[in-house]
Amino acid sequence: MDFGNFGVVNFTKEAKSVAFVDYLSEGKLMGTECKKCGKKYFPPRMDCAKCFDSEVEWFEIKGPGKLVTYTTVNFGPSGFEEVQPYTLGIVDFPEGVRVLAKISKKIDPTSIKAGMELRPVPQQLSEEKLTYEFEN
Amino acid sequence: MKKEVAVIAAGQTPFIRSCGMSIRELCFEAYKDAAKSINIDPKDVDASIIASAPEYDKQRTPAALVSEYLGFPPSPTFYLETVCSSGTTGIRVGYALIKSGLHDIVVMVGFQKMSELDSRTAAQVMGRGDDTIFSSPFGTTMPGGHALYAQAHMDAYGTTEEQLAKIRVKNSFYGSQNELANYKKRLDLEACLNADMVCTPLKKFDCCANCDGASAVILASADVAKKYTDKPIWIQGVGMATSELNWSSRASLTNFDSVRNAAKAAYEMAGVGPEDINVAEVHDCFTVSEILAYEDLGFAKTGEGGKLIDEEATYHTGRIPVNVDGGLLSKGHPIGGTGGSQVRTIVKQLRGECGETQVENAKIGLVHNVGGVGTYANVIIFGRE
Repeated sequence: MDFGNFGVVNFTKEAKSVAFVDYLSEGKLMGTECKKCGKKYFPPRMDCAKCFDSEVEWFEIKGPGKLVTYTTVNFGPSGFEEVQPYTLGIVDFPEGVRVLAKISKKIDPTSIKAGMELRPVPQQLSEEKLTYEFEN
Repeated sequence: MKKEVAVIAAGQTPFIRSCGMSIRELCFEAYKDAAKSINIDPKDVDASIIASAPEYDKQRTPAALVSEYLGFPPSPTFYLETVCSSGTTGIRVGYALIKSGLHDIVVMVGFQKMSELDSRTAAQVMGRGDDTIFSSPFGTTMPGGHALYAQAHMDAYGTTEEQLAKIRVKNSFYGSQNELANYKKRLDLEACLNADMVCTPLKKFDCCANCDGASAVILASADVAKKYTDKPIWIQGVGMATSELNWSSRASLTNFDSVRNAAKAAYEMAGVGPEDINVAEVHDCFTVSEILAYEDLGFAKTGEGGKLIDEEATYHTGRIPVNVDGGLLSKGHPIGGTGGSQVRTIVKQLRGECGETQVENAKIGLVHNVGGVGTYANVIIFGRE
């Protein structure tokens, strides 16, 4: 697995944080924490900007967290013709990270409100592709 | 008043949906508009800065091409990019080149020919102005990014869709009087509120349109400025700041920290405050962006940007006139061409050349130009003698 397997469309395959995609295939959304200074990162990164250390501990983001803001996109970029409209949301999780993802179509759009509780759910888009979305 | 670096001329092309020209010709039209007004020889230009966002046209390294077409070689030229704020970043760098004593005359030409791409592809190119590994795969877009701020602002402060619409009603009123604007139709509140939804809560008329256009600004040192014009407009303060690109790293989703930091730097350098600004050009790529600008620039208290438009305080006869040329919403927003066009309007306002939309006795003007979803921010303050 690499980042070529992540998302509806993607533009980059290689990154040192590729374990993120492997964890996702195991059903886990993960961030990183610097072993030396303890700084938490999402999106995950293998290099700490604070202390230059590259030893990280992976931690799971389970939620539930609170929805901060959201929008329903009616006109998406190329590659999103078949999935529009879709709703994007930003959720603050108690694990100390802020995450952007699509909000599941299982949730009635009229019931989406700031402050509602959501959790990240890894999801297989096709045999090759996977992502995560927010469910309640 | 500081008299160190002056704008001696500013020009632009019409902003239109499809210009029918190549990028070198588009840049020529903008530069001609500026240069003819002061009768400057291209060989007197010490350096040029060419600003745009990449990937709209196929030209790689456009600086040399544009510089050649304008007759600048062998003087140095280079390309500069901070997406939608490329033009004012060019002016910031031009200011520094002159202030340092390295050059006496620097030209900034900003351009974009967006009509080379269809709107679906343009949405993808702009969407890649987000984190391409972790955000673009979700289908983030420029309207979508601003819509996230709009929704958060509404939830936090009670800002309404009607207040957003009032921004467009104002800007369309001024756009209808700007012969260079792409969108000249006057819009009423009902038309704005009933328009198709693009990204909740932003509707069609809450969004600026893609278009083609270029602008040019000629900067000079104090001694040289006098030779070309008796109406120099002096740069008083340049502030620039950056916010994190990834959504996860941003502290605020209800204001642009980049703009707050840039404004603080510009006000401090100019020795003025928001209450001293007579006329402002702000980056209204979306209606919500103008509301955020009111607050981030200190024209309104945090959360009270909507009240400013309710009170019509930002019309040209109001307390703090904003975007009295139609703004990006009505002029159109040719990415790299936008910043120079904002500067041109402020220069004309400070020179008293704006006719019906002239702000009475405008002495200090401000330009606010933002790249991405609040990612890069330039705030530049100008003054006349």
